[in-house]
Amino acid sequence: MADFTLNTRNEGNVVIIETSGYLNNVGGEKISKACYEAMGEGKKLFLLNLENSKVVNSIGVSILIEIIEKLQDVGGSLGYYNLAPIVEKTFNIMGLTKYSHIFQNETEALQGIEQ
Amino acid sequence: MKKKNPPKVELTIPIIHDMELAATKTAEVVAKHMGLSEEQSDEISMALIEACINAFEHSKTKNKNIEIHFVIQGETLVITVTDHGKGFDKSKVEIPNITEKLTSGVKRGWGLHLIQELMDTVEFESTEDGTTVRMTKNK
Repeated sequence: MADFTLNTRNEGNVVIIETSGYLNNVGGEKISKACYEAMGEGKKLFLLNLENSKVVNSIGVSILIEIIEKLQDVGGSLGYYNLAPIVEKTFNIMGLTKYSHIFQNETEALQGIEQ
Repeated sequence: MKKKNPPKVELTIPIIHDMELAATKTAEVVAKHMGLSEEQSDEISMALIEACINAFEHSKTKNKNIEIHFVIQGETLVITVTDHGKGFDKSKVEIPNITEKLTSGVKRGWGLHLIQELMDTVEFESTEDGTTVRMTKNK
């Protein structure tokens, strides 16, 4: 499997991070670095497009919990879209959906994350 | 009449970062051979990733390898993941809770919970000579 990579872009107030590859500890750290840098610039709303990250592990997902915690401190929010069914199931089992949001696609995500 | 041995695939993987993905490739082939659904195959792969990571991280094995067996017992796939590490006491492993994890300094510790949620049965046998996780998925 190719190394984990990500691209970041802004859509208004929302930071969209598009990932590619295995979301393990390395992938999770790259996402958190991108998020914390943007939070340092005052961003509070984040969306992860996980279309090209169809395999995850619990260590990578645990790093998303760290990001959720830090976003809660500043009144921010984290959402995800284009999830593979097993990734969505994993997020549900771990309870991430209690404190962050799953959307079907980018349009729905951009509308939902700003509400 | 002599009973046939069930089909079995044996795999030994070294404790190297991301090597758990080698195990999932084998799991996909076995699941496909059995005619399991894509959803079931994905669940097996996820559980296997977690079992391998637990063995990599916690066993402290001197062997530097873990052994994985896939056995097709009729309509049931039986997977065992064995390390030769120090063992663990499952009774001391708490079921993680997202609300508690959010305020805790330790966000990790989800592996066993995920395995139990994703597979049909899960059993642990652990001694000071190592741990075997036995998990099954029914067709």
